[in-house]
Amino acid sequence: MKLLEYEGKELFQLYGIPVQPSCGVVRIGDDPDAMVLEGPGPWVVKAQVLAGGRGKAGGIKIARTKEEARALTRGMLGMKLTTHQTHGTALTVEEVLVVQACEPEREMYLSVVLDRRSASLMIVASAEGGVSIEELAHTRPELVIKMPVDADRGLLDFQARELAFALKIPRALFTDFIAAAKNMVRLFTGHDASLVEINPLVVTRDGKLTALDAKVVTDDNALFRHKDLAARPDHESSEIELEAKAIGINYIGLDGDIGCMVNGAGLAMATLDTVKLAGGSAANFLDVGGGASVDQITKAFQIILKDAKVKAVLVNIFGGIMKCDNIARGVAEAVKKVKLRVPLIVRLEGTNVEEGKQLLKDSGIRLEQADSLWEAAQKAVAAADGGR
Amino acid sequence: MSILLDKKTRLLVHGMTGAQGSFHAGQCIEYGSNVVAGMTPGKGGTRHLDRPVFDTVKEAVAGTGADASLIFVPPPFAADSILEAAEAGIKVIIAITEGVPVMDMVRVKDRLRRLELEGRGTVLVGPNCPGVITPGECKAGIMPGYIHKKGGIGVVSRSGTLTYEAVWQLTRLGLGQSTVVGIGGDPVQGMNFVDVLKLFQADKRTEAVVMIGEIGGSAEEDAAAFIRKNMTKPVFSFVAGKTAPPGRRMGHAGAIVEGTAGTHASKVAALERAGVTVVENLSNIGETVASRLKKKAKAVRK
Repeated sequence: MKLLEYEGKELFQLYGIPVQPSCGVVRIGDDPDAMVLEGPGPWVVKAQVLAGGRGKAGGIKIARTKEEARALTRGMLGMKLTTHQTHGTALTVEEVLVVQACEPEREMYLSVVLDRRSASLMIVASAEGGVSIEELAHTRPELVIKMPVDADRGLLDFQARELAFALKIPRALFTDFIAAAKNMVRLFTGHDASLVEINPLVVTRDGKLTALDAKVVTDDNALFRHKDLAARPDHESSEIELEAKAIGINYIGLDGDIGCMVNGAGLAMATLDTVKLAGGSAANFLDVGGGASVDQITKAFQIILKDAKVKAVLVNIFGGIMKCDNIARGVAEAVKKVKLRVPLIVRLEGTNVEEGKQLLKDSGIRLEQADSLWEAAQKAVAAADGGR
Repeated sequence: MSILLDKKTRLLVHGMTGAQGSFHAGQCIEYGSNVVAGMTPGKGGTRHLDRPVFDTVKEAVAGTGADASLIFVPPPFAADSILEAAEAGIKVIIAITEGVPVMDMVRVKDRLRRLELEGRGTVLVGPNCPGVITPGECKAGIMPGYIHKKGGIGVVSRSGTLTYEAVWQLTRLGLGQSTVVGIGGDPVQGMNFVDVLKLFQADKRTEAVVMIGEIGGSAEEDAAAFIRKNMTKPVFSFVAGKTAPPGRRMGHAGAIVEGTAGTHASKVAALERAGVTVVENLSNIGETVASRLKKKAKAVRK
């Protein structure tokens, strides 16, 4: 689960990582005038969306006066934001965070990541902050520091000191920095994160260390032991995606017009690729689960058809433990239940495939069958094109 | 020969008395796997599926000589179950459980590394995987047994049903498999591609390898580097997720493209540079392997 900046900062405060004092989060429907703006100003008004590059896109603004802060907040709520990380789609700003501004003297980058290759935690840091760390790793790899961290022992004192020297932290801030870096690792292990990132971490003109941004991604598999995280809304998923999740179906909406129902995540991904190879474009990723029961198939059809873009539905199921004749019965029953109005292409393979195909043929439902995924994809593309 | 499992494997099923464990252990027994016992804390002394059930792995090993574990324990307890098997001296651990927290796996890997340094190394496959099968000898997992056929193709994959698809294509063309290993779709897992490729390269029965990858991480790139230096057997590959949008995880927690890392293009390029035959159309895996091996056989005869 990806957390918004203010949610990440709440965790930062819980673990003792310094952030700028917040004046609150204003949501659509809230009155910006009710906001208590403490401090002498200026303030920073920040759109709370799950994408980097907010500043350049107009999602981060400085307010010199309280009136300006309220006006900017009002203007930002409901705004559509497109950044280099939103891949062409616009995100609606539903929440705005207002914090007391500071004057940065130096910006740095500091993060804790999961290094898949070594199956351990790793600190990634750079004295060059505020830039894309990926780009920096590509163009000036010598400026990126990587340090493996033991999950059980956390960041050791000498490691934190090494980091402080490498990042040229002012001596007066050594203690603060060491505590903050160690606490980032504590947050990572304590809250089952897969990423804890501060970009930028700044040293202010008045000699303080503070995190200007917070990016925290947590592990969905560990939600059972973090009630505080489980209670947070999922900002990343669309309404249909959330609905699918609630009934145990893994669904991701895409741009195309061929609805796809597949069992297994890998095969589902490969099905989207095959549709593309056949000249079409999938409307969704949908993993109906390894078992593919009648109930799940019915629900999957209902989810797919909520997307008005869908002009044809492709069902690709490899019947293993769940035999093809049972799946065919499920598909037939589900299609009747949901009153399917778009062309349906079914490709069954696996145990009892001949019985399954015969059952579908005899069911009286209008559908096309295919022997291979390639054939099915081609038929689905043709059907969707016919409906255009 | 084969890798990881054979007809002598003595299989212990963790969580055998649960719904999933019970069903799949039954299927493994039906296939002919030598399931010697089950393990469920609190159910020790009872019998299930006509097999003894033990409270602890240690007792199961002592009582039955079990040397491989198949784990169906729920996610919050799966890591502990893996470690229990490792400490009890089980040599091959296959964890089917989906949804194990990544931090738990980080700690498991750490402990397994230490055991290896002490000379008590063990092999872990999974979690979140379909398991391992050596056709005709031992099935330890949730894959449908009948789609497999004994033969000389080694298969290793990050995905379940995608593996069945590839295996079924091979079987229908008469190409049997030496062993099929599902390494799973999680970001931190037991064996990776390189670990399995090493075993296939050394295995006498394996003539060629099919490797099914997907977007995310760098396992395919690492495999490519290994293949280039160390593999003499032909390797075929399919990488799923060419059209997946960046930043969204496609089902598997490990299948996510972040920035420039883990893309389909980078994996395919690395594999092709290593001399791997990369199949673009999933439906052509079987035919590609068949035609290439036929050509090779002809060349050898000449």
